[in-house]
Amino acid sequence: MNLWQEYKRPTTITEAVQALASASGSAMPIAGGTDLMLDLKQGRHNPIHTLVDLTFIPEISALEVRGDSLFIGAAVPVNRIARDPLTGTHAQALVEACNLIAGPQVRNTATLGGNVAHALPAADGTIALRSLNAEAEVASASGTRRMAFTSLFAGPGKSAIDKTKEIIIGFYLPLFTPNTASCFKRIMRPQGVALPILNCAVWLERDGDAVKDIHIAVGPGGSTPFRATDAEAFLRGKSLTEENFNQTLDALLAQAKFRDSARRASADYRRHIVGGLFKDVLYTAWGRAG
Amino acid sequence: MTHQISLTVNGKPYTVDAVPSETLSTLLRERLKLTGTKIGCEEAECGACTVLVDGEPMMSCVYPAERADGKNITTIEGLAERVHEEMKLHPLQEAFVEHGAVQCGFCIPGQIMTAYALLKRNPNPNSDDIRFALKDTLCRCAGYPSIENAIIAAAHALQTGEPVKKPTHIPNSIHEHKTVGHKHLRPEAVEKVTGEAIYTDDLKFDGMLYAKAKRAMIPHGFLKKLDVSKAKALPGVVAVLTATDVPAEKNHGLVIYDWPVMVGINERVRYVGDALAIVAAQSQEIAEQAAALIEAEFDLQPVITNPVMAREEGVPQIHEKGNLLKHIKVRKGDMEAGFAKADVILEHTFHTQTTDHAFIEPECSIAVPLADGRMEIYVGSQIPYQDRTQVARVLGWEESRIRIVGQLMGGGFGGKEDVMGQIHSAMLANVTGKPVKMLFDRQESLLVHPKRHATQIRVKIGATKDGRLVAAETELYGDTGAYASLGEKVMTRATTHSAGPYDIEHVRADCYAMYTNNPPSGAFRGFGVTQSAFAVETMMDRLAETLNLDPVELRRMNALHVGSITNTGQELKESVGLLECIDRVDAEMRKHNAAPFKPVVDSANPNLIRAWGFASAYKNTGLGGGAPDISGADVELYEDGTFQVRSSAAELGQGLVTVMRLVVSEELAVAPEQVRVLVMDTDLTPNGGPTTASRQTFVTGNASRYAAKTLREEISAAMAEKYDVRPEKIRFEDGVVHVNGHSMTYAEIYKEMKAMGQQPKVRYEYEAPKTQPLGTGGDMHFAFSFGVQAAEVEVNKLTGEVNVLRVISANDVGMAVNPLGLQGQVEGGVMMGLGNCLTEEFIVENGNVVTDRLARYRVPGIMLTPEITAIIVEHPIEAGPYGAKGVGEISSIPTTPAITNAIYNAVGVQIDSLPVDQEKIARELWERGG
Repeated sequence: MNLWQEYKRPTTITEAVQALASASGSAMPIAGGTDLMLDLKQGRHNPIHTLVDLTFIPEISALEVRGDSLFIGAAVPVNRIARDPLTGTHAQALVEACNLIAGPQVRNTATLGGNVAHALPAADGTIALRSLNAEAEVASASGTRRMAFTSLFAGPGKSAIDKTKEIIIGFYLPLFTPNTASCFKRIMRPQGVALPILNCAVWLERDGDAVKDIHIAVGPGGSTPFRATDAEAFLRGKSLTEENFNQTLDALLAQAKFRDSARRASADYRRHIVGGLFKDVLYTAWGRAG
Repeated sequence: MTHQISLTVNGKPYTVDAVPSETLSTLLRERLKLTGTKIGCEEAECGACTVLVDGEPMMSCVYPAERADGKNITTIEGLAERVHEEMKLHPLQEAFVEHGAVQCGFCIPGQIMTAYALLKRNPNPNSDDIRFALKDTLCRCAGYPSIENAIIAAAHALQTGEPVKKPTHIPNSIHEHKTVGHKHLRPEAVEKVTGEAIYTDDLKFDGMLYAKAKRAMIPHGFLKKLDVSKAKALPGVVAVLTATDVPAEKNHGLVIYDWPVMVGINERVRYVGDALAIVAAQSQEIAEQAAALIEAEFDLQPVITNPVMAREEGVPQIHEKGNLLKHIKVRKGDMEAGFAKADVILEHTFHTQTTDHAFIEPECSIAVPLADGRMEIYVGSQIPYQDRTQVARVLGWEESRIRIVGQLMGGGFGGKEDVMGQIHSAMLANVTGKPVKMLFDRQESLLVHPKRHATQIRVKIGATKDGRLVAAETELYGDTGAYASLGEKVMTRATTHSAGPYDIEHVRADCYAMYTNNPPSGAFRGFGVTQSAFAVETMMDRLAETLNLDPVELRRMNALHVGSITNTGQELKESVGLLECIDRVDAEMRKHNAAPFKPVVDSANPNLIRAWGFASAYKNTGLGGGAPDISGADVELYEDGTFQVRSSAAELGQGLVTVMRLVVSEELAVAPEQVRVLVMDTDLTPNGGPTTASRQTFVTGNASRYAAKTLREEISAAMAEKYDVRPEKIRFEDGVVHVNGHSMTYAEIYKEMKAMGQQPKVRYEYEAPKTQPLGTGGDMHFAFSFGVQAAEVEVNKLTGEVNVLRVISANDVGMAVNPLGLQGQVEGGVMMGLGNCLTEEFIVENGNVVTDRLARYRVPGIMLTPEITAIIVEHPIEAGPYGAKGVGEISSIPTTPAITNAIYNAVGVQIDSLPVDQEKIARELWERGG
């Protein structure tokens, strides 16, 4: 099969960006490639002249603390993220999400960069990152820049990154601070494609019985990875009573745009079960932060 | 610009040129000749291609080969060590063999490599760790519990240095003999764990071409134009054939020849998988490109989407004979009188879905033309002699010019009974004079081969208020799709079994097996009974509820027993172990919960509700219905004192080869290792008939047994003559023959017989007891197996999610010839039933296949595996080998209704269509306000 002609293995970001720019035909970066390879094989993506493999670039495979952030390279396999003590400390929701992405063999190659670049509104890694207030770093011919996580997404399955020119280098996450915790869970159905019906990640900071700060991400709750900002605003500074929970959920339901996905879940069903999932995730995070 | 790739594979360094678009699996299999790594889907779904890259398991089918530069690769071939001439297995490999974790073997390299990586990281894994690690490594034979046990045993051996522990939880047969009835290993297990086992796609021939079919991809219409010129012009293309190139018979089929080899101009396309043209080229890539270049134009026709529609007035008729393949009728007693006696009458309609076998090995056949004008076809087929007939008819040849050389099969389950690529590869080989391989990719496999029939089943049952069933009326519609395949037979079985394994005086069943424009349906483990058991067993639970009776008691009261007359008028004279199955499953279930059918709310999470469900079933062994049920076997003694037993019966992972070996070993009193088995070769093995209907242990088991027995008698007669003793004085014991006070080895016997001018070789053709056609009231089948299962489920009443926690499965198999093999059949049967109930659905919309990738079809993995308790019930049948009858299908049939009944018991939602839809459960509960 004629899926690609040239396969480049640059070892620096500069080389990689250059390889994209100088390719004699179409070019794209490949990290884990678990989605891209299938898209190519199954004809959902046209053959690409030059694939630029990012996994030989140490910078993009780094997972380390940098200043007041945890840096996770875009080409770090999700299994490494799931097992690394650093993510265990600073990004529990992400660890939980990474343990659920696909299966173990795929997790050994799949990356967060790919997860995010695919721009699905309910990708597990993406939803976890969304709750953790991640920032992205992107390289292009004009250099590297930090971007808000949300600006990576243009729509469902549509990345704002120009994959023929730009490369996601990695993600920066705030480091753990006392009385904070996070959690990720999802609901699947056993038939058909292995995409979650619904997933949810919560990060919160606890102040005794009160929620000092909170981030709630739900997928698919909109055309891009959804944050329930109205619900967050309502609960921020309040105690976690049953009444307050119900009002938070109401705010979430009012803001989220659930949709019908053929053969996976109706919008109705999602609206009906999101409360249980959100409650479970919220209270688990709450318990961890206490 | 050419790059080089330098990598280490199993400790050996290689440097090769990079090839554009190459994956690691292709590099390993095609260029480094390491074919132990298998390709099941090329979608990173099945896990068969798992290899270790720098110690971590990866799917090599989506791993770019160039990424492997500088990496250290370990494949299945790298685990065993060769110590002198002997293979020393890795403890994992040894444990997989010892625990019976190897069935068809195709997934095993992936299983072992994944497990190997797990043990490197976690030398002492528990069950959860194993399940987490093996989540996406699918086994369709589904011996997941045995796989788990094997990994635990291997971990223990690796940590302690002790030998690998053998399984201890599997009892011997209560009817054990010297050899049969004890646990024995598969003869081919070792090659399956080392990667040395060869499946069809692993074979290579000099000058071999690669074939690809152009499929219609429209569900219904007339082919108006076909342009193959661009395909022919593509460099590397050697031949392009269309319907006009079919030399003789235009159609193929198993019973009815209604399936065109290729659809010609102005002829009717009946489903998306119809072949329009076939291409042979120098590479797989070129063949695929060429097929894509073929242009077709159609006059589209309205699509018949389901069997009920197919029977409506005024709809297009797909075949000359019309849309009705067969109206099948069962009549017993007087329905009016029957229902008049009933205090309660219940009626309900059920729907079951189409499902796919999803064997991990896709179809592959290689046709090799020989210099003498004959042709060999290498293929994993369930019916080698039928393949031969069908290929010969199309080529217009004498059958004897064709030799089917059966290969190891990576699962079949009924899905490798129909001819797939055999005819096409043979036609191309004939035209080109070159060997031609036709390998289906997963998408083609899903689109083309026959499935399990989707059905609509209406059941009306009447009972007296004390629970006695008095009348049952059923009406079935079966979707046999575009072509008959075995549709008539499958739906006959669905119909005759549609009132369940119960003694009912008045029964009427009508079935309409209908052609539609969906992919064909044919044989699939359970053969129609899977569908009807779901309907009737659900009704039995509703009846129990209506009458306020215990569901087990209701079944006990009505169960078939010795002396019962079946719905088709057959008196059961022996071997009816249904009541014992019911009693033993009931007792085992009540050990867990004395009130098993009452919902139990989880103490930690009140949304989780648990309950048990119960179901019974029966299934014929053998073809039945008046079809002569014959199998032939040869047993031959060789100069070195070993034996070979031969039959064309198929080994598809179910363990027939082991059964044949054990039977011969028993009869000749030699160690099983002294008996070699050859199957599936139409030149070298006599016709064993189709491997279907759970029949081979019975018929080929018997053929092997009687062949061995006859050989023993011939040896006795020869030795009696030579040593002048009475034949009955000659004893066969422990691998030697005692004649008149001295002992002779079989090597000596061979010499003696040869010297006497005798050939120590016997062919035996066994014919099973005669059966009668449906409707004649005679014995429609010569044996039935019985099965009962109880399932404990946990339902999340908020989300509707269903989790099966435990399954208890009792099967009356007559006699357990090899309890180790039987365990695998029972585990796999439960998992296939669980998939049928909860995860699997082959979706076709308006004749177009939605489920055209494995990623859209969920085969249950190890994570969904419940605790499975196997209970073997053995009511021997006189005519069976040592009393044995079939098990392949019955082990799978009661699972679905056991689970759906459990769901009802947990949350009160009745499931009347499959697969279970969690959203539907949740919706019903929230609408009820629960």
